[in-house]
Amino acid sequence: MQTTADSASVALPGQPMPIRKGSTRLPMVPKLAYRNLFHDRLGLIVTVVGIVFSVVLVAVQFGLYLGSENRIAAMFDHAEGDLWVVPLGTKSFDDPAMLTGRERHSVLSTPGVASVQELAVGFVNWRKPKGGSTAALLVGSDITQSTGLPWDITDGSVRGLAAPSAVAIDSTYFQELGVGGIGDRAEVNNMEVTVQAVTKGIRSFTTLPYVFTTLATGRTLLGASADQSSYTLVKAAPGTSIDDLRSALAKRLPDVEILTHAEFRKRSLDYWLFETGAGAALIAGAVLGIIVGMVIVAQTLYASTKDHLNEFATLRALGASAGYINKVILIQAILSAVIGYVLGMMLSLLVIWAAEDSTLLIVMTPNLALMLLALTVGMCVLAALCAIFKVIRIDPAVVFSR
Amino acid sequence: MTALPYMLEARDITKVYRSEAGDIMPLKGVSVELAPGELTLLMGPSGSGKTTLLSILGCILSPTSGTLNIAGYSTAGLSAEGMADLRRRHVGFVFQSYNLVPTLTALENVMLALDLRGASRSEAPDLAWEALAAVRLSHRAHVMPSKLSGGEKQRVSIARALAGAPSVILADEPTAALDSENGQAVMALLAEVAKGTRRAVLVVTHDHRTLKYGDRMIRIEDGRIASRARRRAQPGEDTVFAPAA
Repeated sequence: MQTTADSASVALPGQPMPIRKGSTRLPMVPKLAYRNLFHDRLGLIVTVVGIVFSVVLVAVQFGLYLGSENRIAAMFDHAEGDLWVVPLGTKSFDDPAMLTGRERHSVLSTPGVASVQELAVGFVNWRKPKGGSTAALLVGSDITQSTGLPWDITDGSVRGLAAPSAVAIDSTYFQELGVGGIGDRAEVNNMEVTVQAVTKGIRSFTTLPYVFTTLATGRTLLGASADQSSYTLVKAAPGTSIDDLRSALAKRLPDVEILTHAEFRKRSLDYWLFETGAGAALIAGAVLGIIVGMVIVAQTLYASTKDHLNEFATLRALGASAGYINKVILIQAILSAVIGYVLGMMLSLLVIWAAEDSTLLIVMTPNLALMLLALTVGMCVLAALCAIFKVIRIDPAVVFSR
Repeated sequence: MTALPYMLEARDITKVYRSEAGDIMPLKGVSVELAPGELTLLMGPSGSGKTTLLSILGCILSPTSGTLNIAGYSTAGLSAEGMADLRRRHVGFVFQSYNLVPTLTALENVMLALDLRGASRSEAPDLAWEALAAVRLSHRAHVMPSKLSGGEKQRVSIARALAGAPSVILADEPTAALDSENGQAVMALLAEVAKGTRRAVLVVTHDHRTLKYGDRMIRIEDGRIASRARRRAQPGEDTVFAPAA
């Protein structure tokens, strides 16, 4: 037989093959990871389904959490004011009580106050035109000033609310309120009202529909006196220290609380998200999603690694470092994460789109999407640790016993 | 540069496995030298310590006592990663069950070994093709292992061992899973590798039909070297081994 073996070597015996410094390495690690992953199609499907389930669950839970934040903070994000005068013990915007009625004058007579707006807020009974009733949260504001309430009007106008007993409602709640648009009538606390404006996307966290009206109509419908309100928003004059103004107001009004805009916003968020446990439940759901996803990925990666254990032992026998083999497993985990993330995000966006016109508000932001990607990759890398622990204990001597 | 007389030199190797049931000593002071350009056969009955010796010579196991030098490098005091580095640079393996990665083609299996040895993207393909050409398998380069015959798989395994030019090639029962014709072809190839590339090749075997390919034969029994012999017959003649000096 003619020999051709000598063509295979370039280095002398006793001399290792020279390594060219700075040269690009072969893409064998990602190739091996990719091939191992796609070799076991069923295992890959199980892994990806686990990750998709996890991504969708976490995306929806965090999306609902952000949506809840948006809903709770919506009034604060649209009402204009530096300080809020609120009844003692107020837990949130949606937990209204009435002030005594003398606050407006006390505030206006305090140096450093530029303007004052009042809001009359309270729970009302909405009687549907075709029978039946439901609870709603009435928000009365001075529409002649730029209070910012209501916003996102799609039909009618704020000016339309100037008409007697005019109200604005959100199209999301048409069915719940038993009305279909402008001109429809209903009763609020046994007084007739007419829908004169329709908004889109103003949904409450408590699921009670908001009903917007003027301050005067609000006071009437809530049975309050002509000078009463639930909240007094104070706008400081330019150059006035908010802290100093707050102290001055607190001295004049010892029976109420004076909160900054940020404080009242945070108090409302904390109350609904944490004191009621609603936010904790959403976060717990997201954590559960992460745990379930991690367990599924860990289990399937571990099984895949066990299936390929002899190959890893061979690589170790051929001189592969532990790091080389760990890279293969980590790339498998990251590939699974990226595939699962892309499919999971597509499904999540579908769910968000489907919930757009419902009372559920699920929010997806670029930051949340990036956080989910980092979370998914992190989850899969952590899950890969089980497989790595298995691999680092391989005895390469097993290659001789098969 | 002075040529090394031996590519591998093991002196007084012992291995003891300690357990509650008592110590097991599969190797009891074994010395082995592998010279460049020679194919050495390691023979012995089951349980004689062949596999343990092969594992130690391949830097996979550490001896309990004794010294091992490969290509002039001592293994004394090396960590697991240091041993891995030494076998990556100086030892090529051929396994009884081929141990090819089933998800990679024949060419990729060879390239994997080159990648482990630090070959660059630009030189690795040429070296892998050369190694496959050396075992006459270029035409099967892009075939997956599951589509290769046993003989072809073992030739890929030899190409993988050759790639990167190791100093020593250790083969564990390379013909055990092959029919007679393929077994002979694989042994002929290993003999060519030893002669053609001046590597030291050690073949662990039970198969007496492989005797004619060996330059030297070492018999191991009960963890000790029972005999050493060197070929006397010329190629083509009946195999005759005479006791080594």
